[in-house]
Amino acid sequence: MRFFGKAALLRIAVVLALIALLELLCRTGVIDNFTMPPPSRIAQDFWHLLIAGKHFAAILKTLGNAAIAFGLAIVVGIIAGAVIHGFAGLREALEPLFATYYAVPVFAFYPLLIVLFGLGEIPQIIIAFMLGVIAVIMNTLNGLDRVPRVLLKTARVNRLTPSETALRITLPYATPYVLTGAKLAIAYALIGIIGSEFIMSKGGMGFEIAFAYTNFDNATMYPLILLILVASIAANSVLGYWERTLLGRRGQQ
Amino acid sequence: MSVTRVAAASAMSPQAGQAEAAHVQLTGVTKVFAGVQGSDGVHALGPIDLELRRGEFFAVVGPSGCGKSTLLEVIAGLTQASAGDVAFEGRAIAGHVPDGIGVVFQEDACFPWLNITENIAFGLHKAGLPAAEVHARVEQALTMMGLTGFAHHYPAQLSGGMRQRVCIARTLVTRPRLILLDEPFGALDQQTRLIMGEELLRLWRETRATVFLITHALDEAAMLADRIGVMSARPGRLLDIVETRWPRERDSRIVEDPAFGAITARLWRSLREESLKAIGKA
Repeated sequence: MRFFGKAALLRIAVVLALIALLELLCRTGVIDNFTMPPPSRIAQDFWHLLIAGKHFAAILKTLGNAAIAFGLAIVVGIIAGAVIHGFAGLREALEPLFATYYAVPVFAFYPLLIVLFGLGEIPQIIIAFMLGVIAVIMNTLNGLDRVPRVLLKTARVNRLTPSETALRITLPYATPYVLTGAKLAIAYALIGIIGSEFIMSKGGMGFEIAFAYTNFDNATMYPLILLILVASIAANSVLGYWERTLLGRRGQQ
Repeated sequence: MSVTRVAAASAMSPQAGQAEAAHVQLTGVTKVFAGVQGSDGVHALGPIDLELRRGEFFAVVGPSGCGKSTLLEVIAGLTQASAGDVAFEGRAIAGHVPDGIGVVFQEDACFPWLNITENIAFGLHKAGLPAAEVHARVEQALTMMGLTGFAHHYPAQLSGGMRQRVCIARTLVTRPRLILLDEPFGALDQQTRLIMGEELLRLWRETRATVFLITHALDEAAMLADRIGVMSARPGRLLDIVETRWPRERDSRIVEDPAFGAITARLWRSLREESLKAIGKA
């Protein structure tokens, strides 16, 4: 019943109503078809795009690079979070930088990265990683801060080494918080990859969307946008489900 | 207190006849917490001299803030004394928790991401025991603590009293020779406390471990302990040590014994003044 409670039904109804409204606006010509085809048409094109497999390489490249950037952000973010948490002095030095980090327009470094690494996939992965890693670090720190003192005392009573304490107590405790950071990192990874493909690249979904846009190819552009949405929401839902399961076990849902 | 008691001798520790060194020996133990940014330090504890006999049940009572928990942490090796010596089984405790000591805290120390079985087995991970032995010990602890039906539950599904039992079980499976308990029943209601007290007595008899219990409840101390240390207001020092002379076989019904009232009264006599001091009224 959890998935189909009153709130969930209302939520689904709102989304369906918005899609229906779009359909109506497109069909009645309020939105002309050069700007946007009706959602039913986009769904059809989406299906054809998947069947034809024409943009398969671009899709694979974009989602693959986003996955690499996401994986790096998670691994580096958790390790960096644990290390920074362990050294109060280091943390004091770095925390103000983290707080102002999102004032930095990371994309501004993209041309520089292209100069350094060439117009390939590495600059895009670096951008996506840079966007995501801080969210993971911040949320890991938040989780580690919440570990109750009594659990740390228990670690000492069991004579755990610092690394055992991290692996067996503090990181498991922090996992739901790390997942919050992971959900952000997925969104940032996609933004980083697709954004840099838009700006300057040789392929990928962002490149194909920009290419379709300049060629008035709505039958390609909208399905690709839809695919990005679907991929992002699916990945987010999986992590969200995992997060809710862990919190549910702790009676915190 | 002229209570004649036939079974009084059984309250002595099993090895009482031998000339054995104390299980835990505290000599001139003092703890001063360093002041923050130039302010004076806080003299929390001591000096305290105390010997725990092997296999005895020792309780400590004292006004709040008198350093009871600090004393426990010093004995456990969780906190280093500012001065004085602590020895466990003849060896000085220096900066870490020695093997053979188990601690149960007042706060819920269950690991919320592990089920009850995994929680109880937590401390056996390092011991390098065969899986069958780990299983056997956990099963035994589950039975002992009345948790058999909850092996695969998570702590959040259990009541506060049951979670505290999980923590006690987690300590027991490591077979500690000295069990330190810091107000383990402080968060429980009175009836549950009495029952948990009985269980603690049973475990103490069965494991033959030395038990050091901190409590703020005078009746709990009077009912459970062989000896009760009464601490002063801060800086905490031992004002009195009361011998209860209870038989080793005992349970919560001992509260009906006339000696129980006498012991509780004596504890309160020693503590009243100190409790007034602790709240700033003396």
